[in-house]
Amino acid sequence: MDAGLAADRVSRSLGGGLVLDGVSVAPADGSTVGVLGPNGSGKSTLLRVLAGVLEPSAGLVTVDGRELADVPRRTLAKRVAVVEQHSDTQIPLTVRDVVGLGRVPHRRAWLSASADDDAAVQEALEQTGMTARSAQRWQTLSGGERQRVQIARALAQRPRELLLDEPTNHLDVQHQFELLDLLASLPVTSVIALHDLNLAAMYCDEIVLLDHGAVVAAGDPADVLTEELILQVYNVKAEVTTSPEGHPHVRFLRT
Amino acid sequence: MITVTTGRATRSPAATAAGTVRSRLPALLLGGCLVLLASIAVAVTIGPADIGVSDVWATLLSRVGLADPTLSVLRDGIIWDLRLPRTLLAAVCGAGLAVCGVVMQSLLRNPLADPFVLGVSSGASTGAVLVVVLGVGGGVLSMSGGAFLGAVASFALVLTLSHTLGGTTDRVVLSGVAVMQLLSALTSFIVLTSADAETTRGVLFWLLGSLANAGWSEVTACAVVLAGTLVVCGGYARSLDAFAFGEDAAATLGVAVGRTRVVLMSVTALLTAVLVSSVGAIGFVGLVLPHAARLLTGPGHARLLPVSALAGAVLLVWVDTVARTVLQPQEVPVGVVTALIGVPAFVLILYRSRGAQ
Repeated sequence: MDAGLAADRVSRSLGGGLVLDGVSVAPADGSTVGVLGPNGSGKSTLLRVLAGVLEPSAGLVTVDGRELADVPRRTLAKRVAVVEQHSDTQIPLTVRDVVGLGRVPHRRAWLSASADDDAAVQEALEQTGMTARSAQRWQTLSGGERQRVQIARALAQRPRELLLDEPTNHLDVQHQFELLDLLASLPVTSVIALHDLNLAAMYCDEIVLLDHGAVVAAGDPADVLTEELILQVYNVKAEVTTSPEGHPHVRFLRT
Repeated sequence: MITVTTGRATRSPAATAAGTVRSRLPALLLGGCLVLLASIAVAVTIGPADIGVSDVWATLLSRVGLADPTLSVLRDGIIWDLRLPRTLLAAVCGAGLAVCGVVMQSLLRNPLADPFVLGVSSGASTGAVLVVVLGVGGGVLSMSGGAFLGAVASFALVLTLSHTLGGTTDRVVLSGVAVMQLLSALTSFIVLTSADAETTRGVLFWLLGSLANAGWSEVTACAVVLAGTLVVCGGYARSLDAFAFGEDAAATLGVAVGRTRVVLMSVTALLTAVLVSSVGAIGFVGLVLPHAARLLTGPGHARLLPVSALAGAVLLVWVDTVARTVLQPQEVPVGVVTALIGVPAFVLILYRSRGAQ
């Protein structure tokens, strides 16, 4: 249980209300974990607490058994990378500039980029299929390409854990699949907040279902995505079948 | 086969582009320094008294004790006591305002931020007016002393206000605007109710920016603070890069966001306060120069900071030369000239980068 990033009975209050209520997650090394739940169920807050951007009001977040608050920021940034739901800038940056930001925690002040920095940027561009676009301006990219570049930036940090907040939002179906294919193929532990239950069922090794800041169910997609739990959490009737590939398939029903 | 070839073909230009940019920095800096030295040498020779570059050399060499004085005391005095400190102060102020502009725009993620966004210039004017018009300080405080204290006090006010209001970057900008409005109203009120016409004219002239009172003590003070600011900001160059996608993104890249912001805002506010108290509020250099320099260097602050400083120095040396010669023997406030040049330049830069928005 000590290896990797883990949250142990973490709570967080924001503006008087409890947004996270005793949540525990411990993603297995190299796995893809989906965080599901209705709007306001605490998905983003959980990711922000895991990233160390928000401090938990109670409970512990640890990396390799060490409390997050005791890990120096830069050390953490070389270990855990974050892709936000929405990111934009006014500054005219190229794709390569943006990916290069992933090397910020690795670089010392006053020194120019090392061969290792260049190699990490190049590798991240290749992994995300953005090499040919490296000289293109960020502002000219589509939503899906921007998400890819942000993932490349995160990979340039050479993390072991990747935290993504609804990365498929605003993407069309093809780009949603491409993005999740990419994430599933990466040799890192990913924790992804998602809205689409079927995408989560197809791509995640484990699912954590949140409601009102608390974990309702966690584990194998087939155990979490059940008709009873979907009705309880989302208040929507659904029919869950098993797809030929062996993962659950959710079909929502009109009432 | 085809994919491999295209892969290579597209990768190599990108790699060489990065290489040329990196090797270009020393060349840019060296070229910039040479242009700056040449500009200073030539700008010193321009004016009512007929002086050549060789005279400037002669004065310099005799003053540092490497040669015997050959010029008349008058010409030597014009160079050493009037034109040289004034030109150097123009260079230092131009560099300082440009650096403050770069840091403020990146830190506050606002392309409209300039060195005065933290209320520093309006605080300086209120401080100056309190001393000159109302006689606060009982003669012990000079006008520039009052301006400096006013600048620091208003910066403290903006910082406290923005912290109370939530501490986000937009709150800093809004607090700055609020304090600026309040202090300008206060300044106008004091000037209108208490000042005679002559004092008003003097204060107004100074507020618009003027290098007419430049001396070696101002040059030294501004240069020391500029050097310190450059060193501090240079150390934070990567952190400033990381602010491109906002404070949360910077935090996940390992930047200590709160500390970076307080340190950088304090050093730039201090530098602005020192500059404003010596030469008044010279606008548009800090607003326009960072945008222009970015076109030359790209977005990385390790390159952007020194290049902006050099460009700002060269620009203000020439702007001041124009300001003091174009309506001879009358002098145009240098802030008026920077605005006259700065506004069209700003529009042009925004027009050229419109595709990015």
